Amino acid sequence: MQDKERKNNPPKRGPMGRGVPEKPKNFASAITKLTSSLKKFKVQIFLSIILAGLSAVLALSSPNRLSTLTDEISKGLIINTDNGTKLSEDILSTLNKDKLPELISNILNLNINETTIYKVNTSDISSDDKLKFNSSLSKINSDRENTMKYLGELPDSILDLLLEDSTYNDINITKEDKISFLKILSNINIESNDYSFIKELPSSIKSILLPTSTVDKEKVTTDDKVEFITIMSSLKENTPKNEIYKIMGTLPDSIQKIINPKMNMDRVKKIVIILAIIYILSSLFNFIQGRIMVIVSNKYAKDLRTKISKKINKLPLKYFDNNLSGDILSRITNDVDTIAQSLNQSLATLVSSLTLFIGSIIMMFVTNWILALTAILSSIFGFIFMFIILGKSQKYFTQRQEELGNLNGYIEEAYSGLNVLKTCNAKDESNEKFDKLNEKLYECNRKSQFLSGLMHPMMGFIGNFGYVCVCIVGALLASKEIITFGVIVAFIMYVRQFTNPLSQIAQAMTSMQSVGAASERVFEFLDEEEMTAEKEVIRLDKDKAKGKIEFNHVKFGYNEDKIIIKDFSAIAKPGQKIAIVGPTGAGKTTMVNLLMKFYEINSGDIKIDDISIKDLTRENIHELFTMVLQDTWLFNGTIKENIVYNRKNISDKKVKEVCEVVGVDHFIKTLSDGYNSTVSDNDSISAGQRQLLTIARGMIEDSPFLILDEATSNVDTRTEELVQKAMDKLMENRTSFIIAHRLSTIKNADLILVMNEGNIIEQGTHEELIKKNGFYANLYNSQFESIN
Amino acid sequence: MLKLFKNLRKKDIFYALICALLVVFQVWLELKMPDYMSNITQLVQTKGASMPDILRQGGYMLLCAFGSLVSAAIIGYFSSLVAASFSFRTRGKIFKKVEDLPLEEVKKFRVSSLITRTTNDITQMEMLLSMGLHLMIKSPIMAVWAVTKILGKSIEWSLITALAVFILLISVGIIMKIVMPRFKIVQDLIDKVNGVSRENLSGIRVVRAFNAEKYSEDKFEKVNSDLTNNQLFNQKAFNYMSPIMSLVLYGLTLSIYFVGAILINTANLSDKIVLFGDMIVFSSYAMQVIMSFLMLAMIFMMMPRASVSAKRINEVMDSINNIKNGFIKTNKTGLSGTVEFKNVSFKYPDADEYILKNINFTANKGETVAFIGSTGSGKSTLINLIPRFYDVTDGEILVNGVNIKDYDDEYLHNIIGYVPQKAVMFSGTVESNINYGKSKNRVTKQKLEEALKVSQAYEFVSKLDKKEKSHIASGGTNLSGGQKQRLSIARVIARNPEIYIFDDSFSALDYKTDITLRKELKKYTGGSTNLIVAQRIGTILNADKIIVLEKGRCVGIGTHKELMKNCDVYKEIALSQVSKEELENAG
Repeated sequence: MQDKERKNNPPKRGPMGRGVPEKPKNFASAITKLTSSLKKFKVQIFLSIILAGLSAVLALSSPNRLSTLTDEISKGLIINTDNGTKLSEDILSTLNKDKLPELISNILNLNINETTIYKVNTSDISSDDKLKFNSSLSKINSDRENTMKYLGELPDSILDLLLEDSTYNDINITKEDKISFLKILSNINIESNDYSFIKELPSSIKSILLPTSTVDKEKVTTDDKVEFITIMSSLKENTPKNEIYKIMGTLPDSIQKIINPKMNMDRVKKIVIILAIIYILSSLFNFIQGRIMVIVSNKYAKDLRTKISKKINKLPLKYFDNNLSGDILSRITNDVDTIAQSLNQSLATLVSSLTLFIGSIIMMFVTNWILALTAILSSIFGFIFMFIILGKSQKYFTQRQEELGNLNGYIEEAYSGLNVLKTCNAKDESNEKFDKLNEKLYECNRKSQFLSGLMHPMMGFIGNFGYVCVCIVGALLASKEIITFGVIVAFIMYVRQFTNPLSQIAQAMTSMQSVGAASERVFEFLDEEEMTAEKEVIRLDKDKAKGKIEFNHVKFGYNEDKIIIKDFSAIAKPGQKIAIVGPTGAGKTTMVNLLMKFYEINSGDIKIDDISIKDLTRENIHELFTMVLQDTWLFNGTIKENIVYNRKNISDKKVKEVCEVVGVDHFIKTLSDGYNSTVSDNDSISAGQRQLLTIARGMIEDSPFLILDEATSNVDTRTEELVQKAMDKLMENRTSFIIAHRLSTIKNADLILVMNEGNIIEQGTHEELIKKNGFYANLYNSQFESIN
Repeated sequence: MLKLFKNLRKKDIFYALICALLVVFQVWLELKMPDYMSNITQLVQTKGASMPDILRQGGYMLLCAFGSLVSAAIIGYFSSLVAASFSFRTRGKIFKKVEDLPLEEVKKFRVSSLITRTTNDITQMEMLLSMGLHLMIKSPIMAVWAVTKILGKSIEWSLITALAVFILLISVGIIMKIVMPRFKIVQDLIDKVNGVSRENLSGIRVVRAFNAEKYSEDKFEKVNSDLTNNQLFNQKAFNYMSPIMSLVLYGLTLSIYFVGAILINTANLSDKIVLFGDMIVFSSYAMQVIMSFLMLAMIFMMMPRASVSAKRINEVMDSINNIKNGFIKTNKTGLSGTVEFKNVSFKYPDADEYILKNINFTANKGETVAFIGSTGSGKSTLINLIPRFYDVTDGEILVNGVNIKDYDDEYLHNIIGYVPQKAVMFSGTVESNINYGKSKNRVTKQKLEEALKVSQAYEFVSKLDKKEKSHIASGGTNLSGGQKQRLSIARVIARNPEIYIFDDSFSALDYKTDITLRKELKKYTGGSTNLIVAQRIGTILNADKIIVLEKGRCVGIGTHKELMKNCDVYKEIALSQVSKEELENAG
């Protein structure tokens, strides 16, 4: 996401610059330098690493808790056997074969004694019935166990006489109830534990046998108990589980409430809270860690940019001759950005992924080494495959960068030479070349994208593969009772935790590669040799300078083996106007560079007021000179800012005065904002006007020496004449050096030095040199030569 | 952005459709996998489960996983094909469009910007296509499918999931809202950092000469801080994303479990088992829903960047080429080497002021016509009208008696030979540079040699290690300014044009080379017409006709001698360069 901050500035090494990690030449030393330059932020980085680690540890512990939570919830699915037992105990407290006979006799309240026998025999019932009664009587007495059976078989008329309405435990039992009770009892075997008869009993009897009671704080009525017993007795041993759950659903509410599964909500709540805390903490750590790294990486990037910008001013000019400015710019923006962003993301990812990775490996081996090996082996197979693909795609990525660079180069060439391309009718030719390059890029593009796109699905597959392997091996081990089922469940989670960070580590590693490459480039620049430190031996004050300059056998070459200035000696007396002329490449500008101490002389010496410039600081020398260069360098800012530049205490009036002298005042006034108009790259200010502005910048402050290096080459000749006059006035009493292509500019110089191939070949005034009829005269006259 | 996608071919759209179908298949497989996964988990958890069962379920799952991998690979193949061919074709289109653009449009866009648009901006679009195509199809399908899987399972859970999606989208929305405007600012600031450093680098000698190191460092520090602060703000805002996302994800799972626990606890016995199963399924599918929304959000975050690029590309594509090609491809008038300006005026389309006003002159076969005037007088513009870099606003230009607007460009460009102010070199060899483009007749080896000799380039070319086969770096960086200019003149000589146009093309040559070159040229091209823009009086002294321009108007036509008598502007220019006596001597 941070990637979004990157933008459309084309990096030096192709528009995609950062997309592909460049292989650093010396990864280790680049990273070492990076680390040591990060020392300033060591506390923050340490903190952020700790936080990332902590957050990973928390993440490591959360799956286990989540699985405990699942277990806890799944407990809520199993029937509450404790309460079930309580309920049946409650029922059996009255309904058991030991207590039942006593209870029955209590209910019947039947006492067969002399009185009752007499009562029956004297009643007006049929003699048949009386006979039955008497025969039963003897059976009852002899076979005590089947009393109820025999009683039940007695004719109603007899029972009617024997039984009376009665109360038991405050419950009224009518004679009729007792009779039907007896009838039912006579048909069953009490000792069979089959209580299905209960539902047919009269309610008064039911409520005695199954009194309303409270089980686990739940009131269970007689009817509920009756229903429960009826339903339960309908179950057979082979009834399937889900059938049982269905039947359970038909149980009376009170019973359901008692035997319903009891989830330990308190425990569930506790785990949820703990998990919530873990998640919040882990996110919080993550957040703080991210914030620290965002701040560190941005501050670090800023530091690096500042360092580079300062370094630019410390490097000898020589450096800039050999290096493209685009390359340096690319280091300021692209490379620094790469470092900052990867630092921001990779470091924390690397730490937390490593923690997770190592943590899960340890956890796996601690739990079971066979499964641990299975998990690791099954993933390693995939990872090897993945790295092969990664390597392959890397190749295409580099190739793509190259092709992109080539195409970029060609486009640049074609676009900037569009006028020639058009007039030479070269469209077809150019299109052909473009298409060829474009096609090459297309091929690399397609391949690199395809291969890198495989990464993510590969990761998914590796994860799933590991999952299945662990499950199969786990089941095998479990069947041999080497491990429990819980171990497999735990491993399923470890496999996920183990495969995910690996891909992140791989990604972080590749981005570290690009950090290596980028920091190598940045530090290479920062380590570049600076200009020699100078000691201020003497200081030549601006006001005290007389204006004498002496070149004494100066020898110089930009490269040691290519000497440009061979043996240059000359003296400029105070107040003289010295012109340097000669064909291109004669070394005119080089002389100025040496005078300004932009470069160090190989041998010989230059003296200002008899002081060697080696004894003066560069700053001091620059202070003494006003310099106007050929290149019309204006920066983005207002016209006034460009003229005043870094000088202080310059009044607006002074700016205007100088501009009037140079002749741009009128032009500036026509601009919409006058002196406050912004100078930019657009076309509203012509090259000539730009040059006049730079002349104004040079003239705004007086210095004892003046250097004009092709200062008026872009100005048309008439304007030049005006400026010339102004400058002549300026040059009065000042020692000035003028380099010019147009010889008319320098005709009135006090001394003309004619240079060719690094040497002075002629010197003198214009007249003297013309008379001499040598190189200068030849050069001068050729401008009037007729071609006819 | 959609407009750009119209560049996709039918074949590409077909591929995209295949991708879409495969994505549906892949989503089906991926949503199938949790089922097998839970089957395996269940089997493993059941005591005494048979090994073959586990193996079968595992096999199914691997099959799904493998199927998903294979379809992802195929999707990747096709989407990279679509994306790469999109960028390939768009790049080709924009390149050819730029080739056809009038130069003033090119100037408006700036070359560097056009280059970025042709490469970097297209790469941005390509990235969106290659990454986005898959995600853009996959995430909505995934989201909808996963939603249907869980729909109606439970209101409570659905509400929680909806809430999670809502929180997610809102937070992404808020962050985007905060970051987007800064985003633009950051882009501008990066430009500024680039600009200031470029300034400091290009003006390094000025910086040092003025002791302005501190000044430039301070200036850089200011933009540097601005950039850092804005970037910091953005990244800080983005930093909320990841914790919020993980909180929402974890929070959702936890909430589903917790609510599930309550639901199971209060449910009827018979519903409990079903509820538990639902809970597990729901939590995994809810995760899929959230993930798909996240992916969608990601794409929406990628969009703005790509849409900026798309806009920039479209700007180029939509720029209108007002310069229409004519049809005349043969010489019907029998004239040759004549150029006539009839009351020509020119101004840039958006400008108020005319750069050229009412210019009239005729250049006949074999004549040399020179243009002189101060900076900004319009002499370069005038000469650039002839090869139709710009079209005249009023009036007409006749070449060989025919309005140049009626000529086929290629034919017109074969009549004229244009040498620009700044020599243009293409990477290749000396020969390929001179032999550049299509001309009337093939450039023979002999012709090449002649051209090099006339342009005074033969000497230095023959000193190069491979002579005319020597390598020339892009932009001719391995040649000096004067060498480039001579080669660029040789290129035109080799084309054998009827009319030469030199736009201040001798400026990099010293006086001596300048004069020899023009002498040789005169000898060689005796019959051709020369139009010369120059600054040096010496260069034009002998022209048949000198046209003096001042602020876009013609203030004098005539020979040097005539103009010295009757044209003050010319006299001033001449006297600013050489003294009176010298002029008289020379004349």
